[in-house]
Amino acid sequence: MSELALRPARVALVGNPNTGKTALFNALTGSRQKVANYAGVTVERKEGHVTTASGRSLSVLDLPGTYSLRARSPDEAVTRDAVLGRLAGEAEPDVVVAVADATNLRLVLRLILELKAVGRPMVLALNMYDIAQRQGLRIDLDGLRRELGCPIVTTVATRKRGVDDLVAQVEALAAAGEIGGHANAWREPTAPEIRAAHREAQRILRAYVRPPERPDTLTGKIDAVLLHPVAGLAILLGLLFVMFQGVFTWGKWVGDQMGDGFTALGAFIAAHLPPGLLASFLTDGVISGVGSVLVFLPQILVLFFFIILLEDFGYMARAAFLMDRIMGGAGLHGRAFIPLLSSFACAIPGIMSTRVIDNKRDRLTTILVAPLMTCSARIPVYTLIIGAFIPDRTYWGFMSLQGLVMFGLYAAGIVSALGVSFVIRRVFWRGAVEPFLMELPSYKLPSAANVARNVLLRGQIFVSRAGRIIFPIMIVVWVLANVPGPPPGATEPAINFSVAGRLGHLLEPLLAPIGFNWQMTVALIPGFAAREVAVAALGTVYAVSDAGGNPGALATQLAHHWSLATGLSFLAWYVFAPQCASTLGVVKRETNSWRWPIIMFLYMAGLAYLTSFATYHLAVALGAG
Amino acid sequence: MIITRKSKAYRTFPPMHDMLAEPADVAVTQLAPTQVAAAGAGLVRLSAARPGDRGVIVEVGAQSHPGGHGVDVDELERRLLEFGFVEGAHIELLHEGAIRRDPIAVRLDDMRVALRRRDAEDIWIQLDAR
Ligand SMILES: Nc1nc2c(ncn2[C@@H]2O[C@H](COP(=O)(O)OP(=O)(O)OP(=O)(O)O)[C@@H](O)[C@H]2O)c(=O)[nH]1
Ligand SMILES: [Mg+2]
Repeated sequence: MSELALRPARVALVGNPNTGKTALFNALTGSRQKVANYAGVTVERKEGHVTTASGRSLSVLDLPGTYSLRARSPDEAVTRDAVLGRLAGEAEPDVVVAVADATNLRLVLRLILELKAVGRPMVLALNMYDIAQRQGLRIDLDGLRRELGCPIVTTVATRKRGVDDLVAQVEALAAAGEIGGHANAWREPTAPEIRAAHREAQRILRAYVRPPERPDTLTGKIDAVLLHPVAGLAILLGLLFVMFQGVFTWGKWVGDQMGDGFTALGAFIAAHLPPGLLASFLTDGVISGVGSVLVFLPQILVLFFFIILLEDFGYMARAAFLMDRIMGGAGLHGRAFIPLLSSFACAIPGIMSTRVIDNKRDRLTTILVAPLMTCSARIPVYTLIIGAFIPDRTYWGFMSLQGLVMFGLYAAGIVSALGVSFVIRRVFWRGAVEPFLMELPSYKLPSAANVARNVLLRGQIFVSRAGRIIFPIMIVVWVLANVPGPPPGATEPAINFSVAGRLGHLLEPLLAPIGFNWQMTVALIPGFAAREVAVAALGTVYAVSDAGGNPGALATQLAHHWSLATGLSFLAWYVFAPQCASTLGVVKRETNSWRWPIIMFLYMAGLAYLTSFATYHLAVALGAG
Repeated sequence: MIITRKSKAYRTFPPMHDMLAEPADVAVTQLAPTQVAAAGAGLVRLSAARPGDRGVIVEVGAQSHPGGHGVDVDELERRLLEFGFVEGAHIELLHEGAIRRDPIAVRLDDMRVALRRRDAEDIWIQLDAR
């Protein structure tokens, strides 16, 4: 028995970007990796397992998409190294599954010719076969099979069609084992060789594929509107506008109901537990703290619902097209768009997806500005402050003032990211920007299941953060806000005697020039761990200091304790402040040095202080003190 | 960066781009009339094409801005080729951006691709007769 028959066979999914490799990977292994309708979704290798009908175990690798094994960016290098067996501690795959978009075979045929040179046994998966059939595309499968000398299966990854067939073919090749492959003859092709391979691909295409009877004309029609120089930009702005209005009007209503629920729960506990440490811990620490963050779950879900819908529809590449000139003017690489967009969810996946950028300086610039994009952890902070200080007014029947301010804060994040990038690329690192080529995918109707799954996933992440990060920190904050207790006969609130109170008072002079009081100072310190922790900490600090006073929602309390100028200054602070330890950690990991996280921290903190200072004093001068 | 200028014996068109010597940030290149005459009627650079222009790619190179693309010219040429910008491919300019008509979206055989005009300088198109 050969060695291969005993261990799991290694299978690698390789293909052009956006051909459905990850969808196929999920269908094969039951994983839930991100699938979306634009190129460059997957930037890492992911491993999963599948057991065949006969009980054989396969280890499947999902890889970033590429047009060539001649990798240029870090993500493509992963694919090249996995295929060639150059990854540390990993041999080359036993079987390569070339995943192709059946409606667009030209480029993948050339990649397949490269893969053949590598010499691993190969199966061709003609994915998106449903679309090919709908278009009336005729592929001579037998002819193509003979021509390429490898088995072909047709698949519809999103509906799990053809998956069993694929597994069977892979298993057969793996069983054939060593006799299937030949020595690796791959090397970087030169330009004339690429041309020759194109001619060969063209010949194969002519011989075995008949053009579609009903080609997709819808994409062209939609693009005529969405990519229109004027209408396209207007629609892009309109979409963003509707998104933030939606976050405010629909998300907030549900959130408010949840908030009322938490308040009632707190009152219930206070009424039924004897006053003392336990009651205080539950009401001030857990409910006022963690609860004040959890109420923002609906807003997060609404935001992601919009983003995921646009991603699946295929709009993101269009948005990148519309924004390209502006981004290029700020010195950003064209491929920076997707990382920056992902940063709206969270800067961490955003920074990781900068791996699609080949040039080191372009990549670093994108990493440095990514945290300025408004991540979802800022939503609790923004929503809280806006709810407390911005009147709930509606203009012309549809435009909520609060939604407008939210839109403005997002815009401030985008504009400052462009500004910082401009300074980096025009002052520190001058030089030409790399070429940028981007495929504009065909529009697809988002699948309800995929959208629901992804939205729920974001919700889970948010809630689990509340449990894993915010809850433990809030326990610490609550302890520090209560220990040591006040001396007997003290008339001031107990928190003034505690560690947290003293620390807040000690550091207050540092932040007083930007209008922050000592309670905010206390909240900002744990807030460096994660942005939304500051909201939870404010909840606890005010709950503890107002013990027995007015419980009420946190927003009401803030409106009562802070001036408008302070509220605005706090918002300005949060546009810039580097209040996220995990982001700094990821920057360290991705750049392999402490230098960049330190630079990032300093520049963001500096900008935050300056902007808050200016905002506060301007607001005071205008009479909002 | 080392810039290697390849001598290509089979070039159909003499490398006349040096005469253009434009500032690095000019995105749109127009051929001077004499050059059009020299190169043949209906022959345009993709970077100078307008929406609606369609034809066949007759030459892909990368000589206009050596050093101006952030990668060397040979690398740019290979990237264009790998993306399907290859001699014989059918191409049509579909859309252009609002600012300085940049970037552009083209239909390239069966796919749609967006790119910046400055990287499209050395893609020559023989326009279809209209
Ligand atoms: N109709 C249809 N759509 C599909 C099929 N497979 C994938 N898709 C869609 O195609 C898009 C791309 O799928 P992904 O799995 O993210 O593609 P990928 O190859 O992993 O892309 P990268 O990671 O960017 O290289 C998504 O919108 C999927 O929903 C299919 O068989 N039929
Ligand atoms: Mg993928």
